[in-house]
Amino acid sequence: MAQAISARGKLAARFARHSTGIIASVLFVAPIVWTALSAFKPAAEARLPPLPPWPTTGFSLENYATLNSFGDGLWASAQNSIYVSVMTVLLSVIVSVLAGYGFSRFRFPFKDLFFVLILSTIMIPFQSILTPIFLVLTKLGLHNTLTGLVGVYVTLQLPFSIFMMRNAFDAVPREIEEAARMDGAGNATMLLKVMLPLVWPGVVTIALFAFLGAWNEFLAALVLMTDQSKFTLPVMMTALQSGRFGAIDWGAVQAGVTVMMVPCLILFLALQRFYIRGLMAGAVK
Amino acid sequence: MRRKYRQAMTTITATTTAPPRVRKLVGAGRRQWIGLLYVAPAVALVMVFFVIPLGMTAWMSLHNWPLMGEHAFIGLDNYWAILRDTRFWNALKFTGYYTVIVTIAIFAIAFPLAIFIEKPRPFTNLYRTFFFMPAVVGFASASLLWSWLLNVDSGLFSPAAYDLGLIDKKFNLLATFQPAFWSIIAMVVWKVAGFTMIILMTGLQSIPQDLQEAAVIDGAGPFARFRAITLPLMRRTLALALILSVAGSILAFDQFYIILRGGPRNQTLTAVYWIFNQSFVSFKLGYGAALSMVLLVILVALSLIQLWLLRKPEGLD
Repeated sequence: MAQAISARGKLAARFARHSTGIIASVLFVAPIVWTALSAFKPAAEARLPPLPPWPTTGFSLENYATLNSFGDGLWASAQNSIYVSVMTVLLSVIVSVLAGYGFSRFRFPFKDLFFVLILSTIMIPFQSILTPIFLVLTKLGLHNTLTGLVGVYVTLQLPFSIFMMRNAFDAVPREIEEAARMDGAGNATMLLKVMLPLVWPGVVTIALFAFLGAWNEFLAALVLMTDQSKFTLPVMMTALQSGRFGAIDWGAVQAGVTVMMVPCLILFLALQRFYIRGLMAGAVK
Repeated sequence: MRRKYRQAMTTITATTTAPPRVRKLVGAGRRQWIGLLYVAPAVALVMVFFVIPLGMTAWMSLHNWPLMGEHAFIGLDNYWAILRDTRFWNALKFTGYYTVIVTIAIFAIAFPLAIFIEKPRPFTNLYRTFFFMPAVVGFASASLLWSWLLNVDSGLFSPAAYDLGLIDKKFNLLATFQPAFWSIIAMVVWKVAGFTMIILMTGLQSIPQDLQEAAVIDGAGPFARFRAITLPLMRRTLALALILSVAGSILAFDQFYIILRGGPRNQTLTAVYWIFNQSFVSFKLGYGAALSMVLLVILVALSLIQLWLLRKPEGLD
């Protein structure tokens, strides 16, 4: 009897648990799915009431086509975003791997000073030095260029990624280097062929964070890119959503938001392990 | 070559625990200078895009610095002007108000979620992933998405409620302060709660299980255990999550710019928004720099409090 009751209680608890979990999951995921589905409504249907969320008169790519007709087109700003994000990933990985290796394995003057300097940039947010960054870029002839934006984004990533890489290199036992040295590995071989494969998880993590950071950044892109042809997706979409291209087409906004969200979601789902690892490293720091 | 060293690494790490950072290194001292070359690109970037702009902020704040034309040294005049800038003080006040409310709201949602997903049980990983998904979406994307959801004519909430007969007139959530403000809070909680949840989860997981069990044997109820064990042992994690939330909220810009444009009636201008306005809409770069300096001092003070909170030794470590 008592066993039967406790079994029933367990079942009830499990039921309560999963209904809570499912309801909360729906609340968190619904806006994303809703937007992605609505983006497939034909233009005529997009103007109708929002229920149901899915297209009832057939799937259509009309909204994406409309989106592409604003300004220089969706594809142009998507290309800008892709360029900026990929360059940010490449450069921040190269710069942080080199710096992480340097900070982990060598002694040189001002080492601690440099390390603290780079790490302390995290205390002062770029929002408060954006005005002079604008002027520095102008002085360097990088104003209103995607290259300038990449420079800013890479610098923003440095404290996190250098910290991450230095720890990764620190965890590689010195014996391995000694063995490789004995086998006749030079400096370049040592870093590329011996060390890099061992710190690979760290590299994936910093690449992921660099991509998400650059892909999603808004304020710096808004301020530093003045030419419409240089707009990244968030800036372009905000111009569209504010009605700068005439009446706001919410179908096109949904399509644009979907384009902005999907790469982040795919990367996150594929690389969850590395994302959480990065979060922990960031948290420990 | 690769596989060989990876194997070596597994055998070595298996026999030795994580090696302490060794300062004596292989090779002659002279060769250590090479290290400078390795870190040079990073240092150069930080100099150009961080240290110089930081110095310039202070320098510019003492100038009348229009976008075009000559700039002129005006001493502390920009700072005196800030004292009389009611818009800025209102923006600062609003930012503070927003920070407090949104932080409470985030914790109120994230803490229960963290407890919910802490233990590995069937489907927990799935729930964890779902709760976290909005956190990887950018703030700009989330804001654009919600600007549609909140829109009075073509959005979700108001038209759907109207179609379902819940309200008899479409209600514009963004037209007056209170509904607009709470709409933003809802959006930010949706976007950020998963992130805070993961941070809190690691804090929960780091609490030794036997402590909880011992407390159960001593007859402590769930509430007593939460107060006597969970909260004190999570102090550092809580402090960290708190600081991250506060620092993020004080810099809030995207959602207020994209969804509300500072409206209704400039009541939702945040500090960063006002700096953006002065620097890049009115092109008063010197004044914008002075405003930045004020914000910077506030943020550095907060960072120092953060270090202090996190450094303090913990009772049961």
